[in-house]
Amino acid sequence: MRTVHYDDIVKAIRDTIIYSTTHLSEDMHKALQEALEKEESIVSKAVLEQLLENAEIAASEEKPLCQDTGLAIFFVKVGSDVQVEGGTLKEAIYEGTRRGYEEGYLRASTCDCFTRANLKDKVGYNLPPIIYFDLVEGDKIDIEFAAKGGGSENGSRATVLAPAQGKEGILNFVKQVVSDAGPNVCPPIVVGVGVGGSFDYAAVMSKHALFRDVGTSNPDPELDAFEKEIQEELNKLGIGAMGMGGTQTVLGVHIETYQPGRMCHIASLPVAVNIQCHSSRHAHITI
Amino acid sequence: MAEYKLQTPLSDEDVSQLKAGDIVYLSGTLYTARDAAHKRLVDLILNGEPLPFDLQGAVIYYVGPTPPKPGEVIGSAGPTTSYRMDSYAPILIEHGLKGMIGKGKRNQDVKEACKKYKAVYFGAVGGAGALLAKRIKDAKVIAYPELGPEAVREIVVEDFPVVVVNDIYGNDLYEEGRKLWAKQ
Repeated sequence: MRTVHYDDIVKAIRDTIIYSTTHLSEDMHKALQEALEKEESIVSKAVLEQLLENAEIAASEEKPLCQDTGLAIFFVKVGSDVQVEGGTLKEAIYEGTRRGYEEGYLRASTCDCFTRANLKDKVGYNLPPIIYFDLVEGDKIDIEFAAKGGGSENGSRATVLAPAQGKEGILNFVKQVVSDAGPNVCPPIVVGVGVGGSFDYAAVMSKHALFRDVGTSNPDPELDAFEKEIQEELNKLGIGAMGMGGTQTVLGVHIETYQPGRMCHIASLPVAVNIQCHSSRHAHITI
Repeated sequence: MAEYKLQTPLSDEDVSQLKAGDIVYLSGTLYTARDAAHKRLVDLILNGEPLPFDLQGAVIYYVGPTPPKPGEVIGSAGPTTSYRMDSYAPILIEHGLKGMIGKGKRNQDVKEACKKYKAVYFGAVGGAGALLAKRIKDAKVIAYPELGPEAVREIVVEDFPVVVVNDIYGNDLYEEGRKLWAKQ
């Protein structure tokens, strides 16, 4: 049994949060540069240039890329041969989040959903995070982190289609969601699509799909082709960068299904769409 | 598409020349406010009480910045989504507000108020918070400090880059831009 100390997890999470909210990830940087080359609208090109310049300023000044430094989202895989000493893994993630956001001068954006009062004094600075735990083999702790902004989250939707609606139904739903969201979700965007599982798990998968690097292929060849088809259709909407009109609205469509077997109930076809703005702040660490 | 450099507060003449799609570099004082501050400002107007700043010709920036590091004027400071202020904006426009800076669509009531009382909705680039913060030269909280990032700040900007989304003639850049590039 391998032992990992609580303090090491706290520090790793703190550092990851600060770095990923101030440095645009390589995959997003490349995707924005490619969008700039392909974009035909002058207005959208100017927006993309500002976004690349913003990334340079953020990195050199270690300033957040966007003022909405989001909710802290974690997908955590815990090996069966690893244990944490000095505290629990959950406590370490909470403390790493609090320290990352507070010491990194990031925004405390969590509030009581009824009174809207900020939770920084009552629960903790930008606490609680949202954590999905999974149990796996091995002696490692695998942590995926995202700072998920509210603007793109507000444009996300979930539904349960009739099985007969099939791929056409999925395509139409995704198109409707992206079309309705328009400029509000800070395009160019990445579109996470969760298909199958249950009503709730489709939404979880649509969020997890956003962790895949933009520009990488779906390992399922049928879904890879479907992703490209959806992306092409979405780019015909003409929304453009920040909704000002253009050809490059969507940098990537990522579909995730419930494994094994792309499972869902024989009566249902759950579909969820989680939109990610161009400031996709995601990171992956293994401890 | 024209380019203008304008000084706040804005006059009727300033906003009358602007058309959707024009690029404007704003200099002078802006006031920051989001949902919670808007609710309080509108309550003050409805109760006939004075506002914490002069609304005549004013420009409000919808932003909740990150905390400044020691020595910084302001943290990252890009626009937030504007529709959340739609229910409050028309009454502020009626009482003298001339400009709003945010991102995303406005509803018909806001667009009508812009036409009727001559006000403009500007879009800034969402997610460009580090870049936009460089154009902010001074910032101080003037009301509701308990709201934290949502407090009302008086900020001084130099050549703050925005695009006219809704002008006083009923044009909408989002609708027109999309129509121009849609392929179906």
